[in-house]
Formats: sequence, C-alpha cells, structure tokens
Amino acid sequence: MATLETFLKDAAQGDLVSWSSQVLAAQRFDLTLAGVEGAILDLDLLPARYQRNRNMISIKQQRRLFDSHAVVIGCGGLGGYVLEQLARLGVGRITAVDPDTFEEHNLNRQLLSSPRLLGHAKVEVAASRIADINPAVTLVPVRAAFGEDNGAEIVAGADVVVDAVDNVPTRFALAEICGAAGIPLVHGAIAGWYGHVATQYPGDTTLQKIYSRFKNGKGVESELGNPSFTPGVAASFQVAEACKVLIDEGDSLRHRKLHLNLLDMEVVEVPF
Amino acid sequence: MKVCVKLFATFRNDRFKEKVCEYQEGTMVSDVIKALDLPEDQLGAVLINARHVEADQELKDGDSLSIFPLVGGG
Repeated sequence: MATLETFLKDAAQGDLVSWSSQVLAAQRFDLTLAGVEGAILDLDLLPARYQRNRNMISIKQQRRLFDSHAVVIGCGGLGGYVLEQLARLGVGRITAVDPDTFEEHNLNRQLLSSPRLLGHAKVEVAASRIADINPAVTLVPVRAAFGEDNGAEIVAGADVVVDAVDNVPTRFALAEICGAAGIPLVHGAIAGWYGHVATQYPGDTTLQKIYSRFKNGKGVESELGNPSFTPGVAASFQVAEACKVLIDEGDSLRHRKLHLNLLDMEVVEVPF
Repeated sequence: MKVCVKLFATFRNDRFKEKVCEYQEGTMVSDVIKALDLPEDQLGAVLINARHVEADQELKDGDSLSIFPLVGGG
C-alpha cells in the first residue's frame, strides 16, 4: 500500500493537491484533514485551496500559518470577519472567545449572525462556520468573557491575539495580559463611520495611549452604532496585520494607529 | 498666538475639520477642549505636533493640535 507521502505526491498536479485528494488521503490513512494539510505542506506541496495565496505567501509561509495559533477575543462585528478571514488564510488553530448569543440587533453587521441563529452562542456558530469553510482549521470555541481572571489562560500559546472586543476595560486587560505573555496584539475598534487599527508588540503601550483619557462607559459607538461596512473594513486591516505578524512580512502598524474615516474617506496615520 | 486645531470623526460635527485658531499665550490643551465644548467623557487620543500627549499641556504659537474622539466598539 502506498505511503501517505507517495499518495500525496502522486495526487499532486504540479505542486497543488486538490481538496478531494486531501479528503481521500484523510480517509485512506485515518488522519484528520489538518493532519493531511500538514503533510502536504511538509512535502513542499500546496493544498490547492491556497493557490491564489501563493504569489504573496510562499509554501513555507503557508506552513507557518498552518502551524500558527491565533486567538480572537470577541466574535461580534469585527470578530466575525476576522475569524472568516483567518480561516480562509489557512491559520491552523484559531481560538474564538465570546460569552454572548446572537441577538436581533447584531443582524445588521455581524457576519456570523442570521435569523435562524438568534439565541445561539456566537462561538458555537463560529466553530460551525469555520468547519464549513475550511475543515482543515481547528477552531476552539471558548464561551467566556475575557478578563483578568481567565485572560492569561486563554491566550497561552498564541502566536497572535486579535482584539475584537466592544469595550475599553477589556482592551486594557488584553493589552496587559498579552504584554506579560509576550504575544503580539492586533487592536481594532469601530464606531459608526469610523474605526482604527494598531499593532502592539510586548513592551509597547500604543493601546494604553489611545485610551489614556478613558474614564468609563462607551465611546462614540454608543451614539452612532455600527453599520454593515465598518466592521469589515477594520477587521480586514486587522487580519492583514495578523498575517504579517505570523509570516514576518512587511511593515506593521507598530507605534502608529491607522484612523479610518469612511464618511469623508480619509485614512490618517497617527504616530504613537 | 496661532494654533492649528484638527478635529476627527464626530468631533467635526457642528465644528470644523481643521482651523487655525487664535488663542492667548498660556492657553492649555484643556482650555481648547472646553472652548470647543468637546465632551470630556468621549475624548480619545490628543496629539501636539504629531506627538501623543497624556497630561494637560501648554500650547505654543505654531503648534498643531489633533483631537480624536474615543472609538471603542467592536
């Protein structure tokens, strides 16, 4: 009987292995789809689903993404798009953290929400969605509110943490805990037509500076709400940043914040 | 003295985007915030000449002052 290696090499067209071959290999060799994906990348082959990544992400980098663990705190407006994009990118392990269930007021913008899923836990819906769009990705649902009590445990072992929460006190806790754990944090926040994104490495205090005048309550999002498009824009910037953190490419938004204004269509770089 | 004040996002509503304002010597950042009636509880980052300032600070002629509202949603 052929080994997994010869099976995959024989199945490859050029250096691409099709999804159907990946599924067949998992069945034939009693492996998970993730296990086969790792084996494909180890052979310097590429799962065909990532073929449009390849001119910007090498097979080695695709392997790094597969070996990476991203923790996404918040599965609402930002988090839904962040999870979708990380999974399609091929990040191998994603932890999704959120205590809430879907409510009707989420439907205008939260990618994972739909009328039939009202009342369902956001992290469980995330797990089901990711299993559907990229079954080789392991999504770990954590139905809990991130806080100082459980934060260190939640982010342990992460290569990057994405801040998609909806309140400032939790963001402070995230910044402190990621800093102490030595994990890069990609921060994003939105309100109405506006948003901002920044990337913070251990020892940086960009987030703490952005919110240094915070007293209590909410930001201007409490008046403006959030429409369908702002979360997708800010989340996409966040995933681009997370991707660069993981594959060590490009210039990150370190020591700077990108302020997004979709009403006047301005992007302003703010140094920190 | 003249200070270029730049407002962002909702702080522009019923105010302005960018304006060179005349202030008395010794004017502090907090005086400008009060004069513009910007809500204290919605203040985000404040920068003078592209440098972030946390504490209150005296402005100088020719300074550029940028004021952002607090954006915290997700």
